[in-house]
Amino acid sequence: MSTTPSTATPETGTARVKRGMAEQLKGGVIMDVVTPEQAKIAEDAGAVAVMALERVPADIRKDGGVARMSDPDMIEGIINAVSIPVMAKSRIGHFVEAQVLQALGVDYIDESEVLTPADEVNHSDKWAFTTPFVCGATNLGEALRRIAEGAAMIRSKGEAGTGNVVEAVRHLRQIKGEISRLRGLDNNELYAAAKELRAPYELVKEVAELGKLPVVLFSAGGVATPADAALMRQLGAEGVFVGSGIFKSGDPAKRAAAIVRATTFFDDPKVIADSSRNLGEAMVGINCDVLPESERYANRGW
Amino acid sequence: MSSTPTIGVLALQGDVREHLAALAAADAAAVPVRRPEELAGVDGLVIPGGESTTISKLAALFGLAEPLRAAIRDGLPVYGTCAGLIMLADKILDPRSGQETFGGIDMIVRRNAFGRQNESFEAFVDVRGVAGGPVEGVFIRAPWVESVGARAEVLAEYDGHIVAVRQGQVMATSFHPELTGDHRVHELFVHTVRTGS
Repeated sequence: MSTTPSTATPETGTARVKRGMAEQLKGGVIMDVVTPEQAKIAEDAGAVAVMALERVPADIRKDGGVARMSDPDMIEGIINAVSIPVMAKSRIGHFVEAQVLQALGVDYIDESEVLTPADEVNHSDKWAFTTPFVCGATNLGEALRRIAEGAAMIRSKGEAGTGNVVEAVRHLRQIKGEISRLRGLDNNELYAAAKELRAPYELVKEVAELGKLPVVLFSAGGVATPADAALMRQLGAEGVFVGSGIFKSGDPAKRAAAIVRATTFFDDPKVIADSSRNLGEAMVGINCDVLPESERYANRGW
Repeated sequence: MSSTPTIGVLALQGDVREHLAALAAADAAAVPVRRPEELAGVDGLVIPGGESTTISKLAALFGLAEPLRAAIRDGLPVYGTCAGLIMLADKILDPRSGQETFGGIDMIVRRNAFGRQNESFEAFVDVRGVAGGPVEGVFIRAPWVESVGARAEVLAEYDGHIVAVRQGQVMATSFHPELTGDHRVHELFVHTVRTGS
């Protein structure tokens, strides 16, 4: 070869590599899967990544008890089944589960409120890991606290396992609305805004200047139809997580492909209409206003 | 060609916004492309980073794959990063079932060759045709080029592997210049679109 070989030492686990990974997922759908077979269906349908877990949120809700990190054998089975990135969930504050997931070679760790929290004060220090983290948020302050802890991607929480998009809409509107308000503040006001948001001033200032989070923002928690996914995109989500909505429906392969199409062509009602035809039964939903406070996952996280 | 070429970014999935910004900074009029009729209106095209399996499926589904293959054959300048490099390869070493590329560069590509996300890295890379010192290469679950045919020219190597290639007006990098704020690789592509060389 005639080119000069490049020599500098490579750097892994940088913020740019972690956040840049999430940039590659934009416009895509990340699907919850519980078996290698489901992972393949998701990949064939055009998912940009899968979330490997033992039970989808709807079953965690139904079964009750303590929900923990999944079995390493099960996660490895899914890693070996597909070539798209594989994410897996640790409990909030359970940094040892996160260490295990990093050792298994997952591509992204979701420090998730869907699992039972391990620490009711602290989240994991995500800067300590090479593997990037995604975290949920219900508002801008929560999102910025997670980013301060090292999260490289944020998803609005919604209410996982309900098949009801109402909380996803509430949380995404909240985050986007608070970002818009920051844009209108002058420099003097940003200090007080940081105090109110309970978030570091530097991040608040960065968001005010950028008009967006410094990391990718997806939506999660309750997306069950192609129109739901397109709704979240039109509201400003850069992509969507679909948990129970696919594999708790009548025809998962068809619904998965339809949600992928509607997520890409989120602003084209004709494509969304075509994608919505003959999908079979959607998952049975739960009305969030009858959910007791103790069963609301979105309240977990601090 | 006018001095401000119109360059599309294939906007099916991936880091489209970063490429639009980098192209604008390199003095091109940048527009997203999702439909065949939008493809017909551009002087050049960027295929962004993303998931190559997803981009491949969506391109076929929405009737973009064939028009794009034909446009590349007819000389449309194209630049692909990461997943885009995979899509421009004439051959993938380990394709997923049904994964078809657009082709355009006589090369064989290995997907995720540098490893999973934990192995993703940044390093400086010398790129032939880019003046002013090495560029920062951001490699994310990156592919490398296993081998090139006689018609393709190697533009950069890292650690003994080919990571940037061009063949005529089609170029590709394993890494992501659009994530760095250094627009020299995009300027090289805009120059290619503008001058036809």
